[in-house]
Amino acid sequence: MPKILIPTPLRPYTDKQDAIDVAGATVGELLADLTRRHGGLKAHLYNEQGKLRSFVNIYVNDEDIRYLQHEQTPVHSGDTVSIIPSVAGGVETTTAADGHSVRLQADRYDGPLPELTNDEIKRYSRHLIMPEVGMEGQRKLKAASVLCIGAGGLGSPVAMYLAAAGVGRLGLVDFDVVDFSNLQRQILHGTPDVGRSKLASAKDRLNALNPEVQIDTYETALSSQNALKLFEPYDVIVDGTDNFPTRYLVNDACVLLGKPNAYGSIFRFEGQASVFGVKDGPCYRCLYPEPPPPGLVPSCAEGGVLGVLPGIIGVIQATETIKLILEVGEPLIGRFLIFDALRMKFRELKLRKDPDCPVCGTHPTVKQLIDYDQFCGVAPAAPEPAVADNATEITAVELKRRLDRGDTLKIVDVREPNEYQINRIPGSVLIPLGDVPRRYNELNPEEELVMQCKSGARSARAADFLRSVGFKKVRNLKGGILGWIDQVDPSQPKY
Amino acid sequence: MADRQLTMTAEVDLAIRRHGEETYPHECCGALVGRDSVVSACVPLPNTTEEGPRRRFLVRPSDYRDAERQTAALGGELLGFYHSHPDHPARPSQYDLDHAWPTFAYVIVSVVATNDLARRSAEQEGGAKAADMTVWYLEDDRSSFEEGTLNHAENSHPDAAPAVHG
Repeated sequence: MPKILIPTPLRPYTDKQDAIDVAGATVGELLADLTRRHGGLKAHLYNEQGKLRSFVNIYVNDEDIRYLQHEQTPVHSGDTVSIIPSVAGGVETTTAADGHSVRLQADRYDGPLPELTNDEIKRYSRHLIMPEVGMEGQRKLKAASVLCIGAGGLGSPVAMYLAAAGVGRLGLVDFDVVDFSNLQRQILHGTPDVGRSKLASAKDRLNALNPEVQIDTYETALSSQNALKLFEPYDVIVDGTDNFPTRYLVNDACVLLGKPNAYGSIFRFEGQASVFGVKDGPCYRCLYPEPPPPGLVPSCAEGGVLGVLPGIIGVIQATETIKLILEVGEPLIGRFLIFDALRMKFRELKLRKDPDCPVCGTHPTVKQLIDYDQFCGVAPAAPEPAVADNATEITAVELKRRLDRGDTLKIVDVREPNEYQINRIPGSVLIPLGDVPRRYNELNPEEELVMQCKSGARSARAADFLRSVGFKKVRNLKGGILGWIDQVDPSQPKY
Repeated sequence: MADRQLTMTAEVDLAIRRHGEETYPHECCGALVGRDSVVSACVPLPNTTEEGPRRRFLVRPSDYRDAERQTAALGGELLGFYHSHPDHPARPSQYDLDHAWPTFAYVIVSVVATNDLARRSAEQEGGAKAADMTVWYLEDDRSSFEEGTLNHAENSHPDAAPAVHG
């Protein structure tokens, strides 16, 4: 008669016997005989469908019956049959217990994670061999969706690395057209793309990089009307915006929807990054409750930016996004990273959630999206009036006519010296905007002045200042030097 | 089977915690050896899961046999198994329940990342610290786990005792 060896945990059901003689010609028959004699074993060996449980291993002598004929494996007198446990377990995977992890979109994440094709396994092999990613992590990336606000400086490395890494669905929001001045840093776009929509150019580039990734483009300006709807289907939002109204809008929408916001911003040689909008973590408003007064913080178009800087900060945003999806490492939540390219230094500030934060605090006052242009004191872009306001403005064409006529006009260029080196209106004098309050006495209040900068914004402020100190005949050159080049002197370079 | 008790020595308690910290962010697993519900030794076993060791552990049959053999060599009984829950509480999951064996004591230790960089560098520790430790037994009808009481042996190290229930 064959013998069945009983493992320790099942011995209480066999009157503590560790070996039992049973009758039968196959493994199935032996087990049936065993459970007939010791009824308590049945529930532990078989599942509700009457199949052997996955963690119950049956060996005939030293062979697993899975490699023989399963339960039909014949058993002869003198054979030893063993029941050998696999012991298995693990944490819940349906609920994220640590609060920092991303809840992937239910419609994509319900049920098993998507499988990887053989081509994908080859493509992602350097991920797959790392235990922190592995097959499970790569499948999470494939199940994940990320929305990138802006396809410019920050959006370029973010979208390219996330596409390369195998994030299943990438959304891009932008409404701009590729300009020559973008190419110094916006590596999604190439020289032949100048004049094309940024989204069309980005989609081509990303498809070429990784055709496995679904690219969804939204050719629109992000607004309080469309933000919640746009964000809804995505797991992580990446803020690659270049202005305060949109930055506050992205922050508030992420907090309201409970979606992580991989934040980054850049200016000249400095960058910042953090992760906002996560439950229990701070948001952008905990750091900056109020936007700066309009005009105080110059944009990249006004102040410039080192071309590689968005590469560094954007790659940090992409890294944080991937970490959130994989649930690995220590996210930049409650941590504000500041990068200084000139000193080549990273500094880290601790950020705390502000209980009085108007959006994410204990008693929020902002419960829906507001008018962010108004909040930031920025007038929404009004349609350009066709005719200049004669009292305060002068057009490039009129200025040219007056100069040709021999009128005495003084042109004051309020840009920075390095901008003045690129192009200038002949005969203009340079007084950078910041120096105007100190140096306006170099100007004659009786003389007719034309204030000029790159596009007309800084010089308008300079003109306002001069009027406030008593200058009467001050006008602003509409459209700045760019307008001058377009309408009067196309031989000069634009920047 | 109301209020089942498991007692372990301070050495075993410490060894399980260390094992969980070393394998973090992956799950560790091992066998509990002793007699009469007193664990006197633990046998670390390789985690052979193919489903991702961050969320799963598996002791394959050959290692189970090995554990039985070592148990016999140590002159004890196989009392159960321990495993870690990285960044998750020390409570059995549905997956644990679905794969549980009766009679065995299932010891679970929660291991959490030490997020505080300063503290981490001061202690020269790795990236994780063992926290709660609990013990569980499968109900006879496989419907659920029953939590048991985890005790320390009388002669255990005085410093280790408060940590057990902390």
